Amino acid sequence: MTSPAKADTDVVVPPRPRPRRGVSLLDAGPPIALVVIFAVFAALSSDFRTVGNVQNILDAAAVLAVVACGITFVLMMGSIDLSVPGVMGASAIAVALLVANNRNDNAWGLLGILVAVLLGAGLGCVSGMALVSLRVPSFMTTLGVSAVGLGVATLMFAGVQPNITDEMLRGWAVNRFLGLAYLTWIAVACVLVGWLIQRYSRLGRYAYAIGGAEEVLSLSGVKVAPYKVAVFTLAGAFYGLAGVMVTSQLSAGLVQAGKGYDFAAITAAVVGGTLLTGGRGGVLHSAVGVLLVTVLTNGLVQVGVSPYWQGGVQGLIVVAAVSAAVLPQRRRNQVTK
Amino acid sequence: MTSVTTNLQDGPAPVNALEVRGLVKHYPGVKALDGVDLVVRQNEVLGLAGENGAGKSTLLKALVGLVRPDAGEIWVRGEKVKLRSVVDAADHGIGMVFQEQSLVPNLTAAENIVLGSEGAGVRRGIYRWDTMRKLAQEQLDKIGSHIDPLARTDSLSFADRQMVEIAKVLRIEERTSNPPVIILDEPTSVLESAEIETLFTQVRRLREFASVVFVSHRLDEVLDVCDRVSVLRGGQSVGEVPTAGAEPADLHRMMIGSTGSDDHYHEGLAEHSDEPARPRLVVKSMSGSTFRDVDLEVRAGEIVGIVGVHGSGREDVCRALFGAEPTLSGEVTLDGEKLDLSGTRGAVASGVGYVPAERKIEGMVGPMSVADNMMLTKQKARCTGPMVVPKKQATLVDQWIERLSIRTPHRGTQIGRLSGGNQQKVVLARWLVAGDIRLLLLDHPTRGLDIGARSEVYRLMRELANSGVATVLLADSLEEAIGMSDRIIVMNDGRATKEVSCPSGGKPTPLDLVKEMV
Repeated sequence: MTSPAKADTDVVVPPRPRPRRGVSLLDAGPPIALVVIFAVFAALSSDFRTVGNVQNILDAAAVLAVVACGITFVLMMGSIDLSVPGVMGASAIAVALLVANNRNDNAWGLLGILVAVLLGAGLGCVSGMALVSLRVPSFMTTLGVSAVGLGVATLMFAGVQPNITDEMLRGWAVNRFLGLAYLTWIAVACVLVGWLIQRYSRLGRYAYAIGGAEEVLSLSGVKVAPYKVAVFTLAGAFYGLAGVMVTSQLSAGLVQAGKGYDFAAITAAVVGGTLLTGGRGGVLHSAVGVLLVTVLTNGLVQVGVSPYWQGGVQGLIVVAAVSAAVLPQRRRNQVTK
Repeated sequence: MTSVTTNLQDGPAPVNALEVRGLVKHYPGVKALDGVDLVVRQNEVLGLAGENGAGKSTLLKALVGLVRPDAGEIWVRGEKVKLRSVVDAADHGIGMVFQEQSLVPNLTAAENIVLGSEGAGVRRGIYRWDTMRKLAQEQLDKIGSHIDPLARTDSLSFADRQMVEIAKVLRIEERTSNPPVIILDEPTSVLESAEIETLFTQVRRLREFASVVFVSHRLDEVLDVCDRVSVLRGGQSVGEVPTAGAEPADLHRMMIGSTGSDDHYHEGLAEHSDEPARPRLVVKSMSGSTFRDVDLEVRAGEIVGIVGVHGSGREDVCRALFGAEPTLSGEVTLDGEKLDLSGTRGAVASGVGYVPAERKIEGMVGPMSVADNMMLTKQKARCTGPMVVPKKQATLVDQWIERLSIRTPHRGTQIGRLSGGNQQKVVLARWLVAGDIRLLLLDHPTRGLDIGARSEVYRLMRELANSGVATVLLADSLEEAIGMSDRIIVMNDGRATKEVSCPSGGKPTPLDLVKEMV
């Protein structure tokens, strides 16, 4: 700077806003909270700290973990996905009718499971297409797709509950490997696959970038729409698998297989540090969030909190955890909706 | 302008890296570009100067394919081109570092650099992080930057982010064999002085193998780093000057041109009493995150303008006085009473009004009616107890519609349907309905208004001042600040550096102020 006005020696440069470091409370907080909550329950209850109970917790977290894997990609983009109950319901009934069951002569085995997962992916694709081509916000499109999914499920259900007789699928919920149900290992695999997609695939990185600054992608010549559709499709596949897992657990296909999993998964993701505004968090974050929520549910039972209190207490803890997570980012006059 | 046009009639000289002829772009109600001509030569740094609204940003957007001109031609190296998208522009070797930094904050520097053209960095949709880091490193090496390519972008300083942007823009070299044209839009606005020096070194380096278009509000910077400067005014090219020997004052004169209007600012309305009124607003060494030790005094009936370049911190001072921006220290009193600035409630309760710069976003609720917008803040004025009394509201609103001559079909009309000037009057009326206004903070109150509407807002400001309201004005232009203010405070890098008395009949010229601002 060589202007005459700047030549004064006492020019003081005002402090400019410094960029925040990448790793923050948001990343480190949830794992720490998980350890702390676990330690507290372990100290309070001897029933809680048994190996058997830890196995129970992990088994109980399996379905939610798979749903959370899928929904994380959607949340990372800054979109939301409420289609979980419909997609899971449809795939739960579909798989029950495709593998060996009491309603028809089908016995497709693994192929049936694959078709159910693809059905989920298809419904996810519909959500994504409606979002990008009709420009309807994801909140509404996914709510609609959820209703469609439930409708499809109800049609297939046709008043008679399909009970499955397929040994393999029933075995997934019962057979154990290293103390954990097969379903739990499937969930672990899903988290791993999800993490690899997030870290090493263009789809995953772009989903992350869309949540960070979508317009920059467009300015860099990237067509964003196909990636959005792909993310919803991927998420749908995860929900489809989760529906199959519920059928395995119940040995029957139920329309309500996915009931409550939508908000449970969103809660888990947010508690784990994935922001609803997008661009932060990831599959591992959400996995920690799933464990946090599950440990909480299990722990409250083990320490003998009255069942009448549990729902309310759990809600309070979740709100507290989320507000702690967003604390560093609060601004004055911030608009929160 | 004439000399430029005649030169162009000989046909494009192939040496010109980029040439713009007679570019025209209309927006509803505005002619953003009105026949702009521009020549960027090979290996030169061309400065682009112009006031707000002169058409700079529209021109730049046209050059990178974000805006399609209604008429006119763009020639790249002697070839007429149509630029339909950023990618199109990149294929022709034109790239831009945008004013608002255009990096994805949560990705690594490397990803940002190769974004959209990852090439060998991604195979079948799978990232090759090693390759990607190498690709990015090549780009960073070109500009001699030592940033870690795998650092998260939001962990980098603004200066480093700018280097990443330049490295990213230089990727267009992969698309064309010709030397690139790099556009830097206000690149210094977020940088500190030392960082600006580094940027300038970088720009001079770019000149070795590229052409650069450099846009900045700070004229001294433009003269420092550019070879030539092209000046825009009102969507037209008003001339080009070589920077050697030119002074900021020369450029500024070209930018503002002559302002020939008789009492546009209603100076005749200004009343002057001989004895000075008591000070109403007294600010003692107020500091915030972007300003420091600001002292300010505004008397009842006085209009005080605050001027400063982008980044001077004046907007934040204005918002801080309303409690909309945190203050770290300092004391603010209104008529001798301490003003509570912990939030906006205290200011509103004490009779402080704020008209924000972003009228459509912060100033009004578009889908609501004129009446609802007018009564938004001073609810008590239309209520008895907790209930809104329609009759009370109707009387009050109609009265103000008439007093401010707001042109609206009805008080129930959606405010979004009114013209900008009438919207602004409703926003102003919001602070007047309760009759308790003591201090008005006007943040660019005439932004986006046409001349007639401006004039009406000026008249209103005068009338309010005459009724004893103290006013702090952040004007849209220097002329407006000078025309309306009784006194002007110059802010520079977060400090109030100079006070200029500005009485009717003894007004300073814009150039006097510019000297203090840069």
